[in-house]
Amino acid sequence: MSAALALGDDALVLSHRLGEWAGHAPVLEEEVALANIALDLLGQARVLLSLVGDEDELAYLREERSFRNLQLVEQPNGDFAHTIARQLYFSVYQHLLYERLAAGGGEFADLAAKAVKEIAYHRDHAEQWTLRLGDGTAESHERMQAGLEALWRFTGEMFQPVEGLDATGSGVDPEELEGAWLSAVTSTVERATLTLPTGPRTGAWAAGAGRQGLHTEPFGRMLAEMQHLHRSHPGASW
Amino acid sequence: MAAVTADQKTQSTSGTAKAAGQAAGTAPDAADAARLAVFDAAVAADDRIEPRDWMPEAYRATLVRQMAQHAHSEIIGMQPEANWITRAPSLRRKAILMAKVQDEAGHGLYLYSAAETLGTSREELLDKLHAGRQRYSSIFNYPTLTWADVGAIGWLVDGAAITNQVPLCRCSYGPYARAMVRICKEESFHQRQGYELLLALSRGTEAQHAMAQDAVDRWWWPSLMMFGPPDDASSHSEQSMAWKIKRHSNDELRQRFVDICVPQAQALGLTLPDPDIRWNEERGQHDFGAIDWTEFHEVLKGNGPCNEQRITQRRRAHEEGAWVRDAAAAYAAKHTTPSIRTAQPAQHVEETA
Repeated sequence: MSAALALGDDALVLSHRLGEWAGHAPVLEEEVALANIALDLLGQARVLLSLVGDEDELAYLREERSFRNLQLVEQPNGDFAHTIARQLYFSVYQHLLYERLAAGGGEFADLAAKAVKEIAYHRDHAEQWTLRLGDGTAESHERMQAGLEALWRFTGEMFQPVEGLDATGSGVDPEELEGAWLSAVTSTVERATLTLPTGPRTGAWAAGAGRQGLHTEPFGRMLAEMQHLHRSHPGASW
Repeated sequence: MAAVTADQKTQSTSGTAKAAGQAAGTAPDAADAARLAVFDAAVAADDRIEPRDWMPEAYRATLVRQMAQHAHSEIIGMQPEANWITRAPSLRRKAILMAKVQDEAGHGLYLYSAAETLGTSREELLDKLHAGRQRYSSIFNYPTLTWADVGAIGWLVDGAAITNQVPLCRCSYGPYARAMVRICKEESFHQRQGYELLLALSRGTEAQHAMAQDAVDRWWWPSLMMFGPPDDASSHSEQSMAWKIKRHSNDELRQRFVDICVPQAQALGLTLPDPDIRWNEERGQHDFGAIDWTEFHEVLKGNGPCNEQRITQRRRAHEEGAWVRDAAAAYAAKHTTPSIRTAQPAQHVEETA
């Protein structure tokens, strides 16, 4: 069930990052929206992790090298444009993936069918903000472009194979999503008067990336904060 | 509100009401006296005052002050709890806490909208909060030091808020009363979740039980202070009760809260940090110890443990978000047809973006 772990970790980790925004958002409506997206993702994570084992053991007692999430979702929030760029890249990918999973009739079809409605909203939220920031003021344009550039190199990993996804019977190969993802992101970026980044999209490191349990440095600190209390009281229930 | 709305078109503000009175050849004082009589009769009959009804300026100002303070409390109140979102010890608790903090932002939105019906704006109210010219509840100037504090806030702070706010569902001002109906439902839910969190800790390991007791020890007295100063020192109470904005005195509500909490603490297996609490057979209520009003006044003056931190974070979120709000307004201006743009000033467009 490593595919459930990979997709569950994506949702868990991104949810955590969005949770860090609480009380810091630029406007009250975004406090509500970001928390709403974080909650949706946390709900998805709980369903997926529960397919693998005990959700809390998996979330709180694994170490960094055992997490299977994409490096993209573990990236620190940065400014609002950076967060929106991360949301745009991920939610378009997740939307395409879950649409296919829902239609594929495999083991994840039911949960994907439920989640895809939530993800459609996440995607719309990210696209709408990309337009507003890109085609807003000179400052917001510059910040949005910087966010897109900074995260671009983490996007290639989304289209690498997910171990165990075949076995779910969904017939989805992430590689096949790449064309649709690129075209959707390009269209939004252009409508937002922004430029699609041109740098490399895959890491130069042969050892692999998040799906292989190889993460970026900020991830360890994120886990330290997330797991500290749970680990301080072994065996306790909450 | 038929009685008060009858003449509403000329009475949206006291200024136009006066002008109308003068145009009709009536002495302004007499016109105001007549409108006041209609207003007083509506309040006496438990009718609801609505935004376009005539109301005394002092009534309007009192409501703006109270609703703004209430809205600010929801927004500042997100901070002590959000402090634990990233450290919540189980995914279930994390989801509950995120949902709660999200609800608080939503309550802030309802309350700012309700306050706007009185002729102010969210921007104006937030500016006053950031400038320290309007207050928020003193309780949020206390720190959340352990996970159990999240439970203590749910049980005690939300409990006190509900005791205070349920009577507001019958407040004489319609938009406020209706906002409170929605808010109180969600707050009751949060309070039960807080209680349940503390119960799990109290029945858990020794360390968890101690954590729960410590949190209750720290939050009990500040929660009692949420009802405000004692009746003989409460400057706004009498007028607010006459206007039916308030239905019960501070001390009445505080007593009601203590009477509710004592058996709940027993059921939780936790003690309240007041050796003087005991049942008074004659009164049919609990006696309890004296509140440290010095601490209360220090916190109100800005000298509580987190006053500086809370307002600094709020200001920073607002200032650092300015470019985002500007972007939304600029985008809306570019992508809205001119006629609509005239009807919707940029400051309102940005809010709905």
